[in-house]
Amino acid sequence: MDLQTTIYLVVGVTFALYIGIAIWARAGSTSEYYAAGGGVPPVLNGMATAADWMSAASFISMAGLIAYMGYGGGLFLMGWTGGYVLLACLLAPYLRKFGKFTVPQFIGDRFYSKSAATVAVICLLVASITYIIGQMTGVGVAFSRFLGVDKETGIYVGMAIVFTYAVFGGMKGITYTQVAQYIVLIFAYVIPAIFISLALTGNPIPQLGLGSDMSGTDKSLLDTLNQVVNDLGFGKYTTSLPENSMLNMFVYTMSLMIGTAGLPHVIMRFFTVPNVAAARASAGWALVFIAILYTTAPAVAAMARMNLHATITPAVMKSDVDVFSADANIQYEARPDWMKRWEVTGLLKFEDKNGDGRIQYYNEKSKDEAFLAKAEAAGWKGNELTVNNDIIVLANPEIALLPNWVIALVAAGGLAAALSTAAGLLMAISAAISHDLVKGIFAPNISDKGELMAGRIAMACSIVVAGYLGLNPPGFAAGTVALAFGIAASSLFPAIMMGIFSKKMNKEGAMAGMIAGLGVTLFYVFAHKGIFFIKGTEYLDLIGGKNSFFGITPEAIGAIGALVNFGVAFLVDKMTKEPPEHIQHMVEAVRIPRGSKAVDGSHAH
Amino acid sequence: MANPGNYDSNAYWKATLGLITKVLAIWFICSFGLGILFAEPLNNISLGGYPLGFWFAHQGSMYIFVGLIFWYARKMGQIDRKFDVHED
Repeated sequence: MDLQTTIYLVVGVTFALYIGIAIWARAGSTSEYYAAGGGVPPVLNGMATAADWMSAASFISMAGLIAYMGYGGGLFLMGWTGGYVLLACLLAPYLRKFGKFTVPQFIGDRFYSKSAATVAVICLLVASITYIIGQMTGVGVAFSRFLGVDKETGIYVGMAIVFTYAVFGGMKGITYTQVAQYIVLIFAYVIPAIFISLALTGNPIPQLGLGSDMSGTDKSLLDTLNQVVNDLGFGKYTTSLPENSMLNMFVYTMSLMIGTAGLPHVIMRFFTVPNVAAARASAGWALVFIAILYTTAPAVAAMARMNLHATITPAVMKSDVDVFSADANIQYEARPDWMKRWEVTGLLKFEDKNGDGRIQYYNEKSKDEAFLAKAEAAGWKGNELTVNNDIIVLANPEIALLPNWVIALVAAGGLAAALSTAAGLLMAISAAISHDLVKGIFAPNISDKGELMAGRIAMACSIVVAGYLGLNPPGFAAGTVALAFGIAASSLFPAIMMGIFSKKMNKEGAMAGMIAGLGVTLFYVFAHKGIFFIKGTEYLDLIGGKNSFFGITPEAIGAIGALVNFGVAFLVDKMTKEPPEHIQHMVEAVRIPRGSKAVDGSHAH
Repeated sequence: MANPGNYDSNAYWKATLGLITKVLAIWFICSFGLGILFAEPLNNISLGGYPLGFWFAHQGSMYIFVGLIFWYARKMGQIDRKFDVHED
């Protein structure tokens, strides 16, 4: 069977599975719609959370980023997993005990204020919408590459699929579909990694292979890689820091951690488990399933980087050939087939700058003068190969010459990752609209049935809006995931945490904190990327230039925003009167596990 | 919102905060401490084929996080039962 037919078959079977599950798990009540009835076992909820959490970016882009960044890429690994420790012990059990469906509802009730709930809804919508644009674009790109349709058609197909299982199934349908999607995506990720690890090091477990010796030598893979990238003018793989700043890496990691813990679509998943103990364990299971992919990613990254350099500059792997010698690089005409295929997509570009018919792939921006002098002496006129980070995972099975069904599986895995996250985000958005805005603020007396209908309409509209934004990305799609994390980190996380851990925190403090944290974050991000991401409106001069705040990049500013949030909240709290008695009792009750009924029960106020 | 049973809510909360402090201390030390701040000196030590600081950033922290959450969940369960606030 040829590759395209195999891809159609594998992707078709997985989609039939998702939709079948959605029909089987249809939601009949609001509790099933928002929280899957509150009866999902921790292990399954962990799987669903993992699929919800691991987006197209985790599946497709992360290993590529790490391959390019080396050691510094660890900020994604630690940042996107460390947040679960915060979730498990600071948020999830208490929010589960609180027993409501959404994050704004917690903030609204805890801070006894509709304004606070509204601020939370706005933060949630901005964070989720910016995040979903990237997911829809990812869906479109994945469909177009694997199914051979154009990007627009890809997005329409994706919208239709998400629509079917999200609108009818609600949280219940999404939960069980995500379990299936997790299984598809994890196999798709791990299988090629096993083959590649086996080929390079003889060890089938990629996590161990990364620390093993290269096959047939007594030199470790990482040492070899360090030497290879060093020979080509890149920074040492195991020590290179992003922006050469340890502080930035520190703050960036922190932002991703608290952003993860504050992202509403992740928090929402902890409302679906039966009780408080299950909420704690569920965070652990989620991290187990996430860690299977996240500990494989650095191996995929390092091995792919090694394969890439070894393919293009075979001389780096030999001790007796100089990398600057005339035949150190491969001839363009002799390039392998997978390079030809990826050239078509534009993700791999070759430009013969010195016209010698060979590919020189090195760091032309190296700070090593001696290296640059040698490169010039060898007649190199600049780096000739541009490799998009996304290739690393997608082309891996082709580089390793794996069978067609593995390539098809990777296609299905990438789609599962993008679709599951899009569905989770859409659920968070529609719940915010139907539950927090319609029921919470505009029509408190709406019936259960009416609310369910409002939820489905909100979901359908969200899908249309998300699809539209995916088709017409507002020019900032790529940089916005950072903003989503920044917003979650600087506004929602501190507010929830203070709501649980500070009995005396009042509404004035919480709202001032959220607004201040969000304001600082937006101010710094917009300074770099333009007001509302409109090109040409950057005001870097005003803040003293790029990364002016101690060299911190805009992607990492969320942690600083969170600090400002805490600081302002406590200051304002001290100057205003303490929260009413019954709120303080509520906080005490939230801290005690006993009495966390099924969500269904506690929902009847 | 009355207390559901006979328990000392202050002592329970103190025990909980004590455990959370321990969890967060380990969380911070293994990721930000060993994986970032002290990664460079640690890289002189080799674990298998890994420089140790690099290992903490790319592998070790994540294994520790997983263990940490399950340890926390188990300990919390013990505290719940000790103060008789656990669920049925």
